[in-house]
Amino acid sequence: MTEEKVGVYVCHCGHNIAGTVDVEDVAEWAAGMPNVAISRDYKFMCSSLGQELVEEDVKEYGLTRIVVAACSPHMHEPTFRRACERAGLNPYLFEMANIREHASWVHTDDINAATEKAKAIVGGSIRRVMELEPLEPFIAEINEPTLVVGGGIAGINTALEIANAGHPVYMVEREPSIGGHMAQLDKTFPTLDCSACILTPKMFDVGNHPNITLMTYSEVEQVDGYVGNFTVRVRKKARKIITDLCTGCGDCWSRCPAKVVDDVYEAGLGYRTAIYRPFPQAVPKYPVIDVDTCIYYEKGTCKACQKFCPTDAIDFDQEDEIVVLNVGNIVLATGYKLFDARKVPQYGYGRLANVFTSMEFERMVNASGPTGGKVLLRDGVTEPQTVGIIHCVGSRDRSYNQYCSNTCCMAALKFAHLVKERTGAEIYNFYIDIRTPSKNYEEFYHRILEEGAHLIRGRAAEVTDAARLPGEEGKLIIQAEDTLIGKQRRIPVDMVVLMAAMEPYDDAVEVSHRFGIGCSEAGFFTEKHPKLDPVATMTDGVFIAGACAGPKDIPESVEQGAAAAARVLTLIGQGEIEIEPIRATIDEDRCSGCRICNNLCPYSAIEFVEDLGVSRVNPALCKGCGTCVAACPSQVIEGQHFTFDSIMAQIEGVLYDRMEDTERVTYLGSQPAEAK
Amino acid sequence: MPEKNYSEINPAWEGRKPVIVGFLCNWCSYRAADLAGTSRFGYPATLRDIRIMCTGRLDPTFVIKALREGADGVLVMGCHPHQCHYDEGNYKAMRRMALLRRTLAQLGVHPDRVQLGWASAAQGALFTETVTAMTERIAELGPLEWRDTIEDIAPRTPSPEIEEVAHGK
Repeated sequence: MTEEKVGVYVCHCGHNIAGTVDVEDVAEWAAGMPNVAISRDYKFMCSSLGQELVEEDVKEYGLTRIVVAACSPHMHEPTFRRACERAGLNPYLFEMANIREHASWVHTDDINAATEKAKAIVGGSIRRVMELEPLEPFIAEINEPTLVVGGGIAGINTALEIANAGHPVYMVEREPSIGGHMAQLDKTFPTLDCSACILTPKMFDVGNHPNITLMTYSEVEQVDGYVGNFTVRVRKKARKIITDLCTGCGDCWSRCPAKVVDDVYEAGLGYRTAIYRPFPQAVPKYPVIDVDTCIYYEKGTCKACQKFCPTDAIDFDQEDEIVVLNVGNIVLATGYKLFDARKVPQYGYGRLANVFTSMEFERMVNASGPTGGKVLLRDGVTEPQTVGIIHCVGSRDRSYNQYCSNTCCMAALKFAHLVKERTGAEIYNFYIDIRTPSKNYEEFYHRILEEGAHLIRGRAAEVTDAARLPGEEGKLIIQAEDTLIGKQRRIPVDMVVLMAAMEPYDDAVEVSHRFGIGCSEAGFFTEKHPKLDPVATMTDGVFIAGACAGPKDIPESVEQGAAAAARVLTLIGQGEIEIEPIRATIDEDRCSGCRICNNLCPYSAIEFVEDLGVSRVNPALCKGCGTCVAACPSQVIEGQHFTFDSIMAQIEGVLYDRMEDTERVTYLGSQPAEAK
Repeated sequence: MPEKNYSEINPAWEGRKPVIVGFLCNWCSYRAADLAGTSRFGYPATLRDIRIMCTGRLDPTFVIKALREGADGVLVMGCHPHQCHYDEGNYKAMRRMALLRRTLAQLGVHPDRVQLGWASAAQGALFTETVTAMTERIAELGPLEWRDTIEDIAPRTPSPEIEEVAHGK
């Protein structure tokens, strides 16, 4: 132990650390810690000069272990591990002391307290680094196939990019067709492109790509493994259709007597049959039988579809199929759901007939929608003379979601244009702020203003049918404070459109758990770094793209889909990846064979060797959580890199000022070095 | 957050302030602490945290060690129930901590000195609140100085034989 030489580097991080922590004092103090051969403070340790400083010191002073006191290990641990490696040190003999996120940034107004805490953190790291052992990373091969979950515009782009590069892709989609929300839209802002026209060719490409295996009406049930080697269990729900025989002719659904409100594709505004294809351009072309509404499953008779099917493709007895896939990477592009506008009772959705949600309106203006593209009141015949559009329904509201839903301002402006174009009605938009921060978006906003839409700045307080003033009879009245003129206004309208927020799916938390990634309080999946690593997650090999990570419009989702594909292609190109060797190992000589650890392991990575009467860890399955390490009654399981001794030493280190001098000598085992 | 004068809460703090050792899991609560920093959420400078991969790794020995070496409290934080990166490590921690707190109560340590909490990687504010609340509680309870209490139970510098038995080496 005595020949070990520790180098300690205290980073100023410009003003970020040095502004709150007396870095020179910390460095000087660290020099007095046992085994510390050199202790320095430096402006920016992560700069190339900072890294070179470490490398030079290792060579000049023969340092054997390194502590860098700077930011979070989640930020720069890999940076300094590489620096150690370049200097010829094993990268696992390095420890990062987090004195920025955990000290200088949270104790900004008390330099003494922040400095004292920084010393404790550095003290813990110095003690810990002495107990670390050199480790070699595992090398994992990357399986070539990729799983893309979600067939919206983000997932479609991911799949096409990877498939076009020549690698196999499995796409799993919960609904009977891919396309996602984009397939429901009529026009896209700000160009007013026809949504289906630009989406359908891409959907067709996915359905016909030789490298893409499409699994619609399917869900991922279970995910095991790690980057490069995931085993995924997919449930292909029974379509009740023999797809090899089906031609998609439509004889079945045109004869189906069961009419059902279509809550998914038509947003509740239109009907479908029990055997249905969600929309004409659906990919794949095959229909699906909804067993919950099919008359045959309810009453045991009907089978109209089967009678009329020219190719005998209907199979009422078809069962769910389980498919197991081996993939190297996973991209989650599971999208969003619309906020339930019924939760805002003062806007009257579900109670007042002519209050519509944005998605209902979207279907209404769509030429292939229930009204054939006509803007009509709920009676199905009357065109509105005045339309009120309320922004921020369920978003920017502490009662529901605090976040801005990002896309609704532009969608609301698009609606204003479409109403004007289709009906000539007067439009009133009620907004808190108009947010149009993308290419050609602000220009579109001005165009709508010039078209004569009335934009009223003020969150609508209520929508009511209780007329109070002349001219309000039979109308819906939107009450709002116009904050630009400082007056309460009551605007009578025929139709109200609520711009509902984008929300994560109800099962988003469950899905994040299944794939081993994090999600925010709202339920959006968490990126590895919000700025620098927006499509990666904390789990290597699992990427996220599109609105499942937060509200996004089409261009952003497309970008993220392509970005996730690029990340996957990097890994496929490398062919293999280094995995941190944080694993449990059992000292078989001292294992009593009690088998307590066997059942504790969440990955069933510990097997009992009957012949020897001992337990053994399978390193390929172990993920290094350390549960077995803590549980072993004989303390013969060791958690690599988080060993018993290293944590015990770190506890002593962080309590450096609480231990008495005599003890410190006893515990630290050597005399303090000369201060530098 | 300006440093409080803890002796106003409990005169026994005269001359020092509470020290809490934290054990934070790598995936959720350590990142919550990172987020608290990035967001500049201030909290009392009482917590000295140690990163472990999972709260399931928390050997109860670590808690006892921290208290014995002078901590006034120990805060263990992991992922929320059902959101553990390793599926169920936090449940294991929950069971072990319940047992440990009961045991420590018998040894004169108030159960509030050893707390278990959760914060997801997105909950910097919750992390901040937890540390602040725990600091306030420890401030009320006063210094622990458990070392002096247990001096007779376990010698401060264990003999090699005891070490051998304790660590199975």
